[in-house]
Amino acid sequence: MEILVCARRVPDTSENEITLNSAGNDIERDELVYSVNEPDNYAVEEALQIVAKAGGNVTVVTVGGEDDEEILRREMAMGAHHGVLISDEAFNGSDGRGIATILKGFVQKGNYDLILTGVQAEDGGAQVGGMLAAMLDYPFASLVNSIEVLDGRKLKIGREIAGGNREISEIDLPCVLSIQTGINEPRYVGMRGIRAVASVPIPTYGVSELGIDPGAVGEAAARVKRVDYFLPQLGKGAEMLEGSREEVIDKLVELVAAKGGLK
Amino acid sequence: MEGIQLATQVTPWLASGRTLFLIIHLLGITGFAYIVAMRLVPLLRAQRDLRFDRPLARVGKVLKFGLAQWKHPRYRVAGILHIFIFAGFICLVIRAFYVLIVGVSENFVMPGLSGEAGHVYNIITDYAATVVFLCMVIAIVRRLVFKPARYAVPEKFGKAHTADAVFLLALIAVLMLADSLFSAARAAGQAQQGQTVEVLAAWSLPWMLKSLLASSSLSALKDVYFGAYLLHEVTFYFLLCYRPFGIQFHVETSLFNLYFAKLERGTVKPVRYGVSDEHLDQVKSFGVKTFEDFTWKHMLDFYSCADCGRCSDNCPANAVGRPLSPRFITTKARDYAFQHYPMFGKSTNHQPLIGNLYSEDEIWSCTTCGACEEECPLLVEYIDKIVDLRRGMIDDGNVPQSLQKPLKALESRGNPYGKMEKKRADWANAKEFRQTCPVKTLDGKNHADTLYFVDSVTSYDDRMQSIGRATAKILDHVGENFGILGTAEKDSGHEVRRFGEETLFMALRDHNVDAIKASGAKRIVTADPHAFNALKHDYKDMPPVEHISQVIASEVKSGKITFNAVENGKDVYTYHDPCYLGRHNQIYDDPRNVLDAIPGLKRVEMSRSRDRSFCCGGGGLAMFYEPKEEERMGVKRVRMAAEAGANVIVTACPFCMVNIEDAIKVAGMEGKMTAIDLAELTEKQMMRESRVLETKGTVEIQQESVAGR
Repeated sequence: MEILVCARRVPDTSENEITLNSAGNDIERDELVYSVNEPDNYAVEEALQIVAKAGGNVTVVTVGGEDDEEILRREMAMGAHHGVLISDEAFNGSDGRGIATILKGFVQKGNYDLILTGVQAEDGGAQVGGMLAAMLDYPFASLVNSIEVLDGRKLKIGREIAGGNREISEIDLPCVLSIQTGINEPRYVGMRGIRAVASVPIPTYGVSELGIDPGAVGEAAARVKRVDYFLPQLGKGAEMLEGSREEVIDKLVELVAAKGGLK
Repeated sequence: MEGIQLATQVTPWLASGRTLFLIIHLLGITGFAYIVAMRLVPLLRAQRDLRFDRPLARVGKVLKFGLAQWKHPRYRVAGILHIFIFAGFICLVIRAFYVLIVGVSENFVMPGLSGEAGHVYNIITDYAATVVFLCMVIAIVRRLVFKPARYAVPEKFGKAHTADAVFLLALIAVLMLADSLFSAARAAGQAQQGQTVEVLAAWSLPWMLKSLLASSSLSALKDVYFGAYLLHEVTFYFLLCYRPFGIQFHVETSLFNLYFAKLERGTVKPVRYGVSDEHLDQVKSFGVKTFEDFTWKHMLDFYSCADCGRCSDNCPANAVGRPLSPRFITTKARDYAFQHYPMFGKSTNHQPLIGNLYSEDEIWSCTTCGACEEECPLLVEYIDKIVDLRRGMIDDGNVPQSLQKPLKALESRGNPYGKMEKKRADWANAKEFRQTCPVKTLDGKNHADTLYFVDSVTSYDDRMQSIGRATAKILDHVGENFGILGTAEKDSGHEVRRFGEETLFMALRDHNVDAIKASGAKRIVTADPHAFNALKHDYKDMPPVEHISQVIASEVKSGKITFNAVENGKDVYTYHDPCYLGRHNQIYDDPRNVLDAIPGLKRVEMSRSRDRSFCCGGGGLAMFYEPKEEERMGVKRVRMAAEAGANVIVTACPFCMVNIEDAIKVAGMEGKMTAIDLAELTEKQMMRESRVLETKGTVEIQQESVAGR
């Protein structure tokens, strides 16, 4: 099975203190450390586990710049067979639909049975997967938290739905799935693994290679534009319960019950 | 009836069996040689282990831990029994050879043991055999009746080893009995034939047996003599050939195991012996994944283990019900070796150890506290094996999710918490503190002889920052010209290495080494025993490194630090030895001397202290790992302090502080038990001349840090 995973490099929320820049239109990016968007990492792991059983190759693709190669190497160190960087000045400022258009161009150049995305980018809006599927006219399922390969080019997938329930569906290949974290336990990638793939060439594709109309992507074509960026005001701090242990427990039970946490 | 013979001649009663004995000799020796050769097969396929240096130090280990049985008295009953058995065996070595030769050449006399010397030696061996026999009886009774808890085998680790242990003990008892019967029958025969009777030691086993046999007929005595010899011979060779199939192989292997024992404390073995750091990238696989990834010495450890259970009896992970019991790390590997390197047929080694022999949690459960290694009479190593198994898991990407985040953060930010590098020195910038004790950053513009290496937990943890400030104040108080690396410092990587991430450790180490060298410091001080151990043993070519407890102790001696009496004379203090200060670096007395120098301070020892200290739960990455356990190690430790009658636990490690303070809460002992770091206590108690203002500042800071939690 040929699997394509669309991944993205994002500021790591657990290792950064996010502050606004002085202009107030973006976050301060000078001292940020980046990593692969967490759900995308689960998607790569899932792809690797599928090909380990069913055979095939995993390709990881990202739309971005030179710096984004870093996450492709990390995913290749994990075991992905190929990494592809899609980069072109014409792509800068694309909205979700623009990114989906770019990825569609790439998908059509290859022969992928399954396309995975993370459920959402930590700095994005969970929109690319669905739009990409629609543009390709592929079936799409979101929030997938289990995949089983069936005979006859079909998958059996589990989806997380509200209230912690699960829904099991069948879906035809080729398809696009957005992967929920928790579907697996991604393997660890250390510096040693990354060093081992440091010199593997990563092809870069631009407008001409993908045959994309530059007018359909990039800032000019974006129909969703960010107009503001702000940190919400800090709300009231935590409420400290006081009293003896029993009293504290009683108050806590009361509070949780009042919010509908206990039935 | 045979005629009376010359006194010098012994009745050749064994002559008729000579051919039989010769055959048994040859079979026994050939069998043993073959078995040992087969046991060596995996060792020859194992990884390199360079342990052929420093012969004098190694002979010293053999003398101390072998001949002098150094570790044994730590377990009173079993230890003393073992010392008697061992001493008995040593006495009987020459006799054993003598008895074997007698079967082929009956009039043989050991060179140097004719005449008087021989008589003395015989008396000694009579008693030795008796002592060993009695010890076997006691040991069997102990195993069957008293059943010390540490010999029990939990179900998950297989069947009880009692039957095998008793069988081996019984075999030795039979051997002693046969040897004694042999002497007794000969002496009785000599007496009946009017020959010179070999004197038997009074009340020894041979002596008593001789009394029993005194009235037997000469032909019966001859049969007994012959039978006893045959029994001795068969038992001896059976035992010899059976030992390599179980715990008694240590009789043969321990000499080598002690000689090749690890010489340096606190260190971790290289990924591959003989491969330099620069060439590590070319090594295809890191760590231990299959059995042959172990080094030959580690395999020798498996063979040498006597299954005494002392390691597990002292293992904190085992004590709190984690899935780790060091004893079974060894015995499972031994069973694996026996099964996969059989006496006949092909050996097989393709099975990954993790998932088959060991579980992941079993290997992650270790805090590398070193209690097991401290206790092992045969100096079996555990930490290096655990680290090697972890290296294998890391290399395969098989790492718990809970550890992946901190490892990634260490890679990108140089600390496991993912905090910003620029905030690393924030602890020193607390306003009141900075006014009273400004701390220099050795950034090329500022210079100092002494570098205070802070490390991550003290730099970033709100509570532990107080240890950093106390350390700085002490250094300042004794007039030390010191500074810190500030943002140029990264995590020491101590736990990174011990959790098996060697490549990341090397990156952290190289960064720090460059920063330390650039600082121009001639001496390093740290208050974190993990950093201390890393700088001392994991880093190379560093200036001398001292732990703050050593600095305080020497300044108390020099008189630069004097103490005010403790305010509350009712408090009872106890000192908890951090593993990486105590066991791994042998610093036991300095912290205690400091405490004892504080007027009015009452100090008690916990029953587990010094080299038997009980790990608080581990530091660094161990704090991120979520083990399956019944109770926290720290909670056990806090209870031990309470049992000792203490209400203040003094420690000298920020990780101990985290664990112990948490444990006090978990155990519900808030208000009844407190914990304080040695540096904090020193700073609080040290006498300052006209520095009242500063004291006030300290109080405020402490309040602030408490509120900040």
